[in-house]
Amino acid sequence: MDFTFTDDQLAFRDSVGSMLENEVTTASIRERWTGDSGENGDMLNMLNEMGMNSLLVPESCGGLGMDLVDFVLLADACGKAALPESIVEDAVVAGGLLSDLLASGQHTDQVQELLGGVAAGDIRVGCAHIINPYSNFAHRKDWMLLANGNDVHLVPKSDLKFTALKSVDPSRRLQKVDWAPSRKTRVAEGEVGAGLQRATLNRGALAAAAQLLGLAQAMVQQAVDYSATREQFGKAIGTNQAVKHLMADCAVQIEFAKPVVYRAAYTVGVAPQRADWAVSHAKTAAGSAAELSARNATQVHGAMGYTWECDLHIWVKRAWALAKEWGDAGFHKNRIHEWLLQPNALLGPEFTFGKRYIDHSDSAAA
Amino acid sequence: MDLLYTPSQTQFREEVRAWLAAHVPAKKLASFDTAEGFEQHRQWEKTLAAGNWGMVTWPKEYGGRACDLIEWLIFEEEYYRAGAPLRVNQNGIFLLGPTLMEYGTEAQKERFISAMASGEEIWAQAWSEPNAGSDMAAIRCRADRDGDDYVINGQKIWSTRAVFADYAFGLFRTDPESSRHHGLSFILVPLDSPGVTVRPIEQLNGLPGFAEIFFDDVRVSDFNLLGGENQGWQIAMSTAGFERGLMLRSPARFQQASRRLVELYRKRRNDILDLSIEDSVVRCYMDAEAYALSTYQTASRLVAGGHIGAESSCNKIFWSELDIRIHETALSLLGARAEIEPETAEDHAELGTWLDGFLFSQSGPIYAGTNEIQRNIIAERMLGMPRK
Repeated sequence: MDFTFTDDQLAFRDSVGSMLENEVTTASIRERWTGDSGENGDMLNMLNEMGMNSLLVPESCGGLGMDLVDFVLLADACGKAALPESIVEDAVVAGGLLSDLLASGQHTDQVQELLGGVAAGDIRVGCAHIINPYSNFAHRKDWMLLANGNDVHLVPKSDLKFTALKSVDPSRRLQKVDWAPSRKTRVAEGEVGAGLQRATLNRGALAAAAQLLGLAQAMVQQAVDYSATREQFGKAIGTNQAVKHLMADCAVQIEFAKPVVYRAAYTVGVAPQRADWAVSHAKTAAGSAAELSARNATQVHGAMGYTWECDLHIWVKRAWALAKEWGDAGFHKNRIHEWLLQPNALLGPEFTFGKRYIDHSDSAAA
Repeated sequence: MDLLYTPSQTQFREEVRAWLAAHVPAKKLASFDTAEGFEQHRQWEKTLAAGNWGMVTWPKEYGGRACDLIEWLIFEEEYYRAGAPLRVNQNGIFLLGPTLMEYGTEAQKERFISAMASGEEIWAQAWSEPNAGSDMAAIRCRADRDGDDYVINGQKIWSTRAVFADYAFGLFRTDPESSRHHGLSFILVPLDSPGVTVRPIEQLNGLPGFAEIFFDDVRVSDFNLLGGENQGWQIAMSTAGFERGLMLRSPARFQQASRRLVELYRKRRNDILDLSIEDSVVRCYMDAEAYALSTYQTASRLVAGGHIGAESSCNKIFWSELDIRIHETALSLLGARAEIEPETAEDHAELGTWLDGFLFSQSGPIYAGTNEIQRNIIAERMLGMPRK
């Protein structure tokens, strides 16, 4: 039993985090808002150089073969920086589905080649899921993984038609993707396809949850900093208990969402059959922490928090969007609710961890 | 990260489970806030101690098993799973015990820890005074040096377990010229000393779970001074840290309560019209789980040689609000029957201990530092917000 990250994992998080802190300035984010693509090419290169594209790709395809426990802190760092580029979704969701396809022996050659291209930063693959009506940055991908019923399709950009939609978050570039499924593009079907889509949903929700954690912490930090400098009645507003308690409430939710998100990352990797509940808990907890942090951080900023000029809304709007993407609170709470209603759902501390958690069997010898 | 138990941890769990199955009293003990129940619970502490299960994290020479914190969590999980009695000596074993280990002299450890572990001596706490509640540094109760003794005069209040306990520990002002958190000392007081008057205070359930303690020229040997004279504040803060931290409310308690809540919900849900009930049940389950995950995370860090961070001040708010929500939700599920104090076997079967637990849950956000004080601590020490 060891619920800690290794020194290497923490060091990697620190190096990605400090790169993002230096390079993803709010000015550069605002520049992206007025650009055509919404992306920053230099940033894509830097992320690739740091290994963000190759981290989760299997070693057999030229990647680093690391897992979601390695990646979850990086996703948190991307959220903290309000990084507009969709690297987390690309690596975790699209990369994860490609790796699943490879593992299940579906269209091995094509998938292997794509994964190799992804790891090298030469090919960009995105992934849509029916739980989301639109797909962020789909127009910037060379290939899209798309669902049609139980079937999964791998479709080149040339066969896709995009209609852009404007998000409340100007950093997001939502696309409605129109396409025609064909036998040529189908890479999985039936039960296999359904299983892949279920795993995709869990990876997407986990990726969103980890970023929401980072967003929440960044918003609280900005509000805390502001409250120390903004003075009223001759003293910093942060000296007032009413202001302190707004921030403390966020801190409590964030602290108790963290281990939930970390367990979800672990579970998706080692016990995907248990991942639905772990992931739904993570998405609900991180979403709720981020939404509260968005509201309270805005409140602490006063009228400034309601302006376009104040940078806070870069984070606030991302939190609003991600809290509902990959399943909103209602969807995820319902998954847990349905499970709690099952008479054979084993609840209680001896099923929180360990082999019985993974096997979900009540044998003490397990 | 490896969230599997090791074979030895699994074996430890089985050992605990087997021992508890053989020893937990079949009949529920009376409340330890009655004279009869207090003695029953003292006997249970003796039973635990006889099996070396009194405080598994303590060194073997004090009746413990030198377990690490993960094993302690496993022990607690099995303890609550077995429905074993509440710990009447929790002030002693969870709060004072670790403080004695850290600050006590060898002679003091020898004198107090074994008697505490064996249930021979049950401890009450004596922190608050009528004008020193959340503002504990306003303590006025005096302990004046007289040769090798201290002579104590003054009053304490809200002293948990003091009605039937043998000893109390608390802070007393040993430097009459001092103010605030200076000049306070941490002293252990036998409650049968001449000049001690304990006046019970009935709690919300009508039982005397705490008391006022009046000190009238009470003589205590300076052997009972823990740590240096006038160093009491620092020592008390470490005790408070344990209390807010891991030991006082282990997650298994809330996980078992939320499991029982889900069972009640499955039975009662079709009779409930309150639209928020589903959401409440799901949240209680998730939050109890989150508290366990957080505790395992902290325990893992400590076992690996790390430190408990300022973020541990979030714990008390989280579990106390969770405890209230679990019980509020249960009472909602019981509807108009929720107010009934169960007397018949039928009532007990249907209503369980939810009302009792609900009453107790009301105290959670108040004791061990109110949640308002906790929020100040989080804001100032964890987030770095300005004090003035």
